[in-house]
Amino acid sequence: MSALLDVRGLRKSFGTTEILRGIDFSVAARELVFIIGPSGSGKSTMLRCCNRLEEPTAGQVVVDGVDLMARGSDMNAMRRQFGMVFQAFNLYPHMTALGNVTLALRKVLGKSRDEAEAIGLAALDRVGLKEKAPSYPSELSGGQQQRVAIARALALEPKIMLFDEPTSALDPELVGAVLGVMRDLKASGMTMVVVSHEMRFARDAADRIVFMADGQILEQGTPAEIFGNPQHPRTRDFVGELSR
Amino acid sequence: MTGLERFQEAFLKPELIARYWPDILSGVAVTLQIAVAVVITGLALGLVLAVIRSYRSRLANAPIIVFVDVFRALPPLVAILIVYFGLPSLGINISGFAVLWLVLSLVLAAFAEEIFWSGIVSVRKGQWEAARSTGLSHWQTMTSVILPQAIRICVPPLTNRTIAVTKNTALGTVIGVGEIMNEGTSAMSLSGNATPLMMAAVAYILIFVPVVVLGSWIERRFAWKRA
Ligand SMILES: Nc1ncnc2c1ncn2[C@@H]1O[C@H](COP(=O)(O)OP(=O)(O)O)[C@@H](O)[C@H]1O
Ligand SMILES: [Mg+2]
Repeated sequence: MSALLDVRGLRKSFGTTEILRGIDFSVAARELVFIIGPSGSGKSTMLRCCNRLEEPTAGQVVVDGVDLMARGSDMNAMRRQFGMVFQAFNLYPHMTALGNVTLALRKVLGKSRDEAEAIGLAALDRVGLKEKAPSYPSELSGGQQQRVAIARALALEPKIMLFDEPTSALDPELVGAVLGVMRDLKASGMTMVVVSHEMRFARDAADRIVFMADGQILEQGTPAEIFGNPQHPRTRDFVGELSR
Repeated sequence: MTGLERFQEAFLKPELIARYWPDILSGVAVTLQIAVAVVITGLALGLVLAVIRSYRSRLANAPIIVFVDVFRALPPLVAILIVYFGLPSLGINISGFAVLWLVLSLVLAAFAEEIFWSGIVSVRKGQWEAARSTGLSHWQTMTSVILPQAIRICVPPLTNRTIAVTKNTALGTVIGVGEIMNEGTSAMSLSGNATPLMMAAVAYILIFVPVVVLGSWIERRFAWKRA
């Protein structure tokens, strides 16, 4: 099976500290890969290296056969292959929900205002927030803000969606709606890489679980394998800790 | 003579007001011209420098930081005198008006750069990441996402600094620019009375109070809707 995303030998150092110590990891089209691991193990850094928000120190990131690290490639165009959803939502506070979703459509893809708004409304509709189009982020709940952020990424039709702890900043009662949107995305065939501690969601939605610690992938497998029969002692500790 | 009459005699003599108001008025026109020119070029240059600094190129940043520190530290009067008396010996002849405009623009630019820069860095990093992850370039992120948020924070300190720097147009009097202060002091020495200075003071107040009002209006305009 050819991979949609192929990460090879990814390394990242901040100063003299090596945070990612050789990551090899690939994701097939339509696959939902969950990344778990202790805090500080480099999960966010790995996601951010994929779309080069963080510049990798070494390694390759290949999307659909195209090497993103190749010299002379158009960085801004490359980045759009990924949609990224952040723990802190990062909506633009001075723009409405629709403004948030249409900004890149207009500035990057050069769509007209009408075109961009039609696409933007469709994206907001996908996350169930069409009627919130004129609302400002400060008028939305955290869960709604995160769904607008997902719509903002979806509107650009990325090949892969990256989620960095999308529900960690949410009150428990708001988590469900965001996970619901992610389930719908999965059902619609989106390829997704999710860093999250939502273990129930991982169990029933993930195709594969990757366990990271100290900047390395220690183990990966199906949810049943990782949760039911972890091989590495650190995975065992981590999973045991979570299910306690 | 009552106290009030004595006060009026010293500071608000009607015949002196009648004699000198055209002079003060022409000073107002000159002050306004310089002030407007300084505000436009000073703020624009400050913004440009702050945006250049955001690219974090060491080559560009070192001269910007040196420029900013020098012009923030130097008393404007010193800079004005150096430029006014220095340039002619280099064979460059520019008017006192131009010297005043140039120096005050540079001073305002130095302070404005620092204010814009602190506004830019106060916008959370996540805003950059969100914008860049959707394919916006550095420039597009700056103009569409960062500056609209940064400038809002910058308006109050910028208003204060702009007023403080443009008040220095009064220094034009030492290099013969016919602005308010110059007209006021020459009328004072001719008449031997403080009335022209009071007229100058009133003129400054009439000019700068609207600027303060304008500042708070802009502040409100840049405040986006909040729940
Ligand atoms: N910009 C940075 N500069 C220096 N160190 C960083 C930076 N970003 C992350 N780190 C460090 O890298 C390590 C991994 O961070 P992160 O990828 O956020 O881990 P995780 O997401 O798994 O919690 C942490 O020790 C963190 O302090
Ligand atoms: Mg993280």
